[in-house]
Amino acid sequence: MNPFPATQLITNSLFVFCLATLVFGAGIAVFSARLIRSVCGLAVCSIGLAGLYYFLHSPFLALMEVLIYIGAVCVTIVFAVMLAEPEEPPRTEKSGSTVFWGGLALLTSAAIFSGLVWLGIRGQWNPPSNLLSDGSIADIGRALLTTYSMAFEVISVALLVAILGAMAIARAGRTPVTSK
Amino acid sequence: MNAKPLYDQLSVYLAAAAFLLALGIFGLIRRRTLIGMLISGELIFSAASLNFMAFNRFTAPDPTVGQIFVLFIMGLAAAEVAIALSIIVAVYRNFRSVTTQEVSELKG
Repeated sequence: MNPFPATQLITNSLFVFCLATLVFGAGIAVFSARLIRSVCGLAVCSIGLAGLYYFLHSPFLALMEVLIYIGAVCVTIVFAVMLAEPEEPPRTEKSGSTVFWGGLALLTSAAIFSGLVWLGIRGQWNPPSNLLSDGSIADIGRALLTTYSMAFEVISVALLVAILGAMAIARAGRTPVTSK
Repeated sequence: MNAKPLYDQLSVYLAAAAFLLALGIFGLIRRRTLIGMLISGELIFSAASLNFMAFNRFTAPDPTVGQIFVLFIMGLAAAEVAIALSIIVAVYRNFRSVTTQEVSELKG
């Protein structure tokens, strides 16, 4: 009864592709030695995450993810990499402590991952009995301007203060041009 | 075939979010430059957002709430990145380095 053959297969493989993009990008972001590559890994990871948001019935957030994370956050980090040229130096301490701390980090993250996955699979998550809205963009806009208008204003003030603070911090210590 | 498709199961999304969180914490411990630690922090933010969206899709009665919450998380993450990067640039001006080994003036 499908209008198009193998629709299920195509949707499934698209989902697996998004998931693989997420995992691959996050791996690059954490494990690559050069910082510019890990910024690119963060961008790839954001593309995968935007795909997952699309599968979670929210094309609005998929758009926002691409716009904010790739368009703003990654570009800002690239600017900082340009300004500060932070090449990660080769490890200078003894290899024994490096192995110890790396193993400890791996153990911690593996414990967190397995514990959370166990909780997620074991838990009984009940679907809602009735939906109050369908979560469309019109609903989001209405809620932002009525129920969440205070939070909306507060976050715009927070963004303004963040911009001013960033400029004030980054400006201090610059040598004035007219000094020579 | 009675199983639901892969993209319609809550636990798949929860596992992906847990993976992002674990990788972010691993990077936060292992990275030795401030910008690398910032990127790992962004991964942790993404994990939280994905968790919110998954529960919003599968268990919340009003699907707009989670989307608005994730939108606010994204806005706060952008503000945090702006502040952190300006601090990193200021640190670079003072120390000529952004590695955590060398920025240790307050260490006893």
